[in-house]
Amino acid sequence: MTAIVSLRNVKKSYLRGKQTVEVLHGVDLEIQASEFLGLMGPSGSGKTTMLNLIAGLDQPTSGEVVVSDKRIDKLSRGALADWRARHIGFIFQFYNLLPVLTAEANVEVPLLLTNLSRAQRRERVQTVLQLVGLADRAKHKPNELSGGQQQRVAIARAIVADPTLLVCDEPTGDLDRQSAEEIMNLLQALNRTQGKTIVMVTHDPRAAEYASRELHLDKGQLAHDARRVA
Amino acid sequence: MRLFRQIGAVTAMNLRSLPQRVTTSLVIVIGIAGVVAVLTSVLAMSTGMIKTIENAGRDDRVIVMRNGSNSEVSSAVSRASMRLIVDAPAVKRDSAGNPILSAETMRLITLHKREDDSTVNVILRGVGRQVLELRPEIKLTAGRMFKPAVNEVIVGKSATAQYRGVSIGDEVRTRNATWTVVGTFVTGDSHESELMTDAETLIASDQRGAFQSVTLMLESPAAFQRFKDALTSNPALALDVLREPEYFEQASKGISRVISFLAYFVGSIMAVGAVFGALNTMYAAVSERLREIATLRAIGFGATAMIVSVLAEALLLACIGGVIGSLLAWVFFNGNTVSTGGAAQGQLIFDLSVSPELMVIGIVWAGVIGLIGGLFPAIRAARLPVAAALRAI
Ligand SMILES: Nc1ncnc2c1ncn2[C@@H]1O[C@H](COP(=O)(O)OP(=O)(O)OP(=O)(O)O)[C@@H](O)[C@H]1O
Ligand SMILES: [Mg+2]
Repeated sequence: MTAIVSLRNVKKSYLRGKQTVEVLHGVDLEIQASEFLGLMGPSGSGKTTMLNLIAGLDQPTSGEVVVSDKRIDKLSRGALADWRARHIGFIFQFYNLLPVLTAEANVEVPLLLTNLSRAQRRERVQTVLQLVGLADRAKHKPNELSGGQQQRVAIARAIVADPTLLVCDEPTGDLDRQSAEEIMNLLQALNRTQGKTIVMVTHDPRAAEYASRELHLDKGQLAHDARRVA
Repeated sequence: MRLFRQIGAVTAMNLRSLPQRVTTSLVIVIGIAGVVAVLTSVLAMSTGMIKTIENAGRDDRVIVMRNGSNSEVSSAVSRASMRLIVDAPAVKRDSAGNPILSAETMRLITLHKREDDSTVNVILRGVGRQVLELRPEIKLTAGRMFKPAVNEVIVGKSATAQYRGVSIGDEVRTRNATWTVVGTFVTGDSHESELMTDAETLIASDQRGAFQSVTLMLESPAAFQRFKDALTSNPALALDVLREPEYFEQASKGISRVISFLAYFVGSIMAVGAVFGALNTMYAAVSERLREIATLRAIGFGATAMIVSVLAEALLLACIGGVIGSLLAWVFFNGNTVSTGGAAQGQLIFDLSVSPELMVIGIVWAGVIGLIGGLFPAIRAARLPVAAALRAI
């Protein structure tokens, strides 16, 4: 198996007023291709911080972050943006859809950063909307959709450009139990049938059940391999 | 190509969310409309004035004044000098061999405006016997020409329009005499705001000195230098010789400069205010869209697309304001007549013209105000720390 993500002795500090506070104290982690990693841990333990480093949204204070054989910890902000466009699909707790755009236009957004033609883009959008079961809602605006439906649009948007990695921060945090289950089933299906590598931060043990591996972060340190599913 | 697609997509998204931000967006539109309305109307004043002045005067007419006088008011030409001017070379003569010229003097008389009864100083110009040959642009529109020696005056069209008590049959007073209005005239230039009478009669009425200036016709515009050299080579004469258009330009340069300065000065102060308004609006627009901006940045959109989209929105709103402002100026002021209250110069009456050029200037100002106001908010949108912004949501 090849590691698609590796963190080596990653430290991250924030400046709080005049004080530097270290949030991650030297994290080592490897994520294999086609893994579905569930990252748990108490509030404030640094889960989002770690996810942001993997996703190239932020840079570590020290240590190495390698994704798909490329070191991203030293890239400039502009280069990181280009890199994210090609490698990362984001799924947020509050969906973060663009309110003025229809579902299909929202899904199309990442494709505007590619060289695909309009026809190719439309075809891809239809395909992924079908995949998440929302082909009939293509023309709806986000405020005309339920939370679960919005999150499915967001998932369609995250996978439409075929990224290396899906990162999800509390993807079910804003959903009722049934919608949460639907979302988790969808993510699991993407992982199992499409071989998508997924890193998911969650508070919800039920959501974590769907992951193929579960990790715990506590006070900026990983408790390794709490559970591994075949 | 991809950059343009990014910019286009982000800008389109912004503009589509504009209807949800009408109130804040109106601040920029209204503020800039006000600035542009004021700027274009004051500029219309100074260009209207310059246009009126440029129309006045002919290249083959010359005005002679005392050396160093900036205007007829402060000038004096003695009768001895007069005789030398009359005999100077290149002066055009009529069929009887008399030089075509008008030795002139002027008094200020006090009249009342029709609209608000305020008092204004108006020029009563004493002119020579050959004034109609010298100034063929003088056309009587009603009544008849004044006769010498009997205290009669004729009144310019815009003076009749603006002041009370100067219709045919009315009487006007100078310090020592009363004058009867016997006719009205048009000239198409600034003389239309004056009254005219016979110069010798005017001088005789108050025994106040000699003439103030001499205007005369040359054989041709090219003869100017010959005429000028003949007069200025005689140091005893101490006279200034100016072509008529030069004189008008010089006489009004001061005031039109003041008005232009005023336009830009007031315009700039208001513009600074409008920049802050725009700044505010665009900061608000950016804050309302922080989540969208952060999301787009996370997905991989570049900083340039954010900057351009904010600037484009500011520019669009500002130009809407600019168009509204210049249309307001056009609707309310184009074609209006305005007069200066300059006492020493007498009144100058001219048309305001809000020309297409001025409207373009106004809209360009609007665009610049919008861009300056949008710049810092745009930079803020571009510099947004994405991770922190996503967390704050
Ligand atoms: N930009 C920042 N500046 C200063 N401190 C920060 C910043 N971002 C995060 N922190 C701090 O770092 C610590 C870890 O934050 P992080 O968001 O990674 O935790 P988390 O595990 O995701 O928590 P939660 O479960 O509540 O989302 C917290 O104490 C937080 O206050
Ligand atoms: Mg978190």
